[in-house]
Amino acid sequence: MNGPPTPPPIDARPAGRLATGLAARLRRALFATPVDALLSVVLLALLIWGAVGLLSWATTRADWAVVRLNSALLLVGRYPLEQQWRLWLLAVLLAAQAGLSWGLLRASPRPDRLGRVPLWPRNDRLAAVLLALLALVLPAALGLALTLQLRWWALTGLLLLIRWLAGRWGPQRQARLRRLVPALWPLLYVLGLWLIGGGLGLRAVTPSDWGGLLLTLLMASFAMALSFPLGVLLALGRRSALPLLRWGSVAYIEFIRGAPLITLLFVGQNILGFLLPAGLNPDRVWRAAWVLTFFAAAYLAEAIRSGLAGVPRGQLEAARSLGLSMPQALIHIVIPQALRIALPALMGQFIALLQDTTLLSLIGLLDLLGTARSVMANPQFLGHSSEMYLTLAVLYWLCCAALGLGSRALEHRLASRPTGGGP
Amino acid sequence: MQTPTPWWRDRRVVPWLVQGGVGLLVLVLIAFLLSNLVRNLTATGLLLSWRWLGQPAGFELSQSLLPFSASMPYGRALLAGLANTLQVILLSLLGASLLGLLIGLCAFSSNALLRGLARAYVEVIRNIPLLLQLLFWYFVVFLGLPDRDAALQLPGVVLAKSGLYLGWFGPSGWQTPQLLEGGWQAPLQISVEFAALLTGLVTHFAAFIAEVVRGGIASVPRGQWEAASSLGLHWSATLRHIVLPQALRVIVPALTNQYIGLAKASSLALACGFTDLYAVAETTLNQTGRAVEVFLVLLAAYLSIDLVISLVMNGLNRLVQLRER
Repeated sequence: MNGPPTPPPIDARPAGRLATGLAARLRRALFATPVDALLSVVLLALLIWGAVGLLSWATTRADWAVVRLNSALLLVGRYPLEQQWRLWLLAVLLAAQAGLSWGLLRASPRPDRLGRVPLWPRNDRLAAVLLALLALVLPAALGLALTLQLRWWALTGLLLLIRWLAGRWGPQRQARLRRLVPALWPLLYVLGLWLIGGGLGLRAVTPSDWGGLLLTLLMASFAMALSFPLGVLLALGRRSALPLLRWGSVAYIEFIRGAPLITLLFVGQNILGFLLPAGLNPDRVWRAAWVLTFFAAAYLAEAIRSGLAGVPRGQLEAARSLGLSMPQALIHIVIPQALRIALPALMGQFIALLQDTTLLSLIGLLDLLGTARSVMANPQFLGHSSEMYLTLAVLYWLCCAALGLGSRALEHRLASRPTGGGP
Repeated sequence: MQTPTPWWRDRRVVPWLVQGGVGLLVLVLIAFLLSNLVRNLTATGLLLSWRWLGQPAGFELSQSLLPFSASMPYGRALLAGLANTLQVILLSLLGASLLGLLIGLCAFSSNALLRGLARAYVEVIRNIPLLLQLLFWYFVVFLGLPDRDAALQLPGVVLAKSGLYLGWFGPSGWQTPQLLEGGWQAPLQISVEFAALLTGLVTHFAAFIAEVVRGGIASVPRGQWEAASSLGLHWSATLRHIVLPQALRVIVPALTNQYIGLAKASSLALACGFTDLYAVAETTLNQTGRAVEVFLVLLAAYLSIDLVISLVMNGLNRLVQLRER
């Protein structure tokens, strides 16, 4: 180790007098010792050099046409233009539901020290401003038609408006009404699948026409939704006292966790067809979705198992001695507590799953990354992969960071409740 | 009068009923899938056989640790792919551990800027998919390098679009890379594919390992640092003799997961154009159509690699665990 890492800073300030003010604080943080000072100067110089280099590249040498001309393709793939009103409708519904959930999630946390309940906590204000800025700048930067720009503004406005309404009047509503909101998500999901895929009166759009961010989010959410119950069952099985269930779950979990995802996707594309009766061969998009689901279930099971391990034994015993049957005790007593403990690990797995959907591009599906690669194969955009990859990196980063933020908000919300009672 | 418990609620019977039911269900499902498999494979004439392993492969590997040519059999090609995979895993394991340790320690620096940078590094890397990072390193960074005269040159190291060239001790003493007619020549050459894959894996997993290291060190009570420094130990001595031995107990088990994750992630090598085991397997499948056999080979290889890593790490874990009398 030749570096500057030093032990956790031990406060070396003179007793009694605490230096305050920005300058003093900066001096303590950056220039405490000569080595620190030198290091800070070098790092600052490097940072500024890097930032200036990136900015000058992005504004002068980079040609963003590759992103601008393909923004619709990256967003929804080759979804038929005349059917895209369905996606806009879905976006409106999602914005409304997201605003509603956001408002209810954040508007009634613990009151602060003064006993007030802030309508817009600081992070929320930040997120709202960021969203508004994105909606204002991004569509214009992409050179979208004014009508499309207006639609994006309207969507963001709707989201923020409903967030405000829900935060303002939500807490006064009855608890039963408020508890309905999370239950709307699965309903909306099924509705969304219908809107995207068609059928039942709508013109069908086959999965091979879904693409871009739409396919990425669809695959990730599908796998998340279905792997969750599977993961709970596997985790319960792994902790079960019944040897057959235990060993079966262990074998499944370890088998899946031992193999790289790409080999499992390989199975889905090349072998799954052989495993099913002749003639029954689902579309390759759905095959990949099921592989992702079964893959994620094993990892979720491990996360949930850690949560189950954190629930004291007495909880199950007390529930059983009160006369609850085993399934009742598990569903009402043990699993809710276990999920609350496992929440950070679960969200970590969901974020990993979202990132894992990029592997779909390796088996020829046109998810966000796959679409980008197909665009770059076009000679017209040769040599502009840095712009494209940078854009994708920012997009994925935003999606994952948003999931992470949501997870922390949910943790905060659950922690603010007394452990015993319901909402 | 007490009614006797019906047999289906008997505590001695219920567990067996449940297990029998689930077991039967799983068995029926497996039998159904296998019978389909056998029927479908028979219909296409691809019933399980390993004779194709001895047939000549007919494709070249762009780079191989084991000597390989197109006339050698498929079995040899898969073996060469495995050797390449092992090489990638070993080198990136080493690199990611060192870089991760460094970044993890930076999180405890007295310099706020360094702490912030370490934090930012982890947050940026962890929220971007590995595959995207690999593609970025390969297509943007390494394939964007200048070549020939314009290549990046440091004493003993040359980085060009055609590869990474390192100086080494040859038969006539220290040899540096030289620009000849056909391009750069050096005693040690690394292809850009390999370099990009290695860089991508190392930088990605360093972020995860840094978090593991940070968590491990944070788990050591602050009093240990203070006690050591009041005994007059320098911070580096404190780190080596006091803190790391205690932190390792937390670090090693978490590290095992990261190492296994890295071994599995090395299968993304084909994104960088590097011929690892998976890339060879895919080519083999395309040529022979033997999906089931190829999958079994892949599965056996990766499960064994995972097993070896767990065994080694469990041994290490036993070494670092607290020995109490």
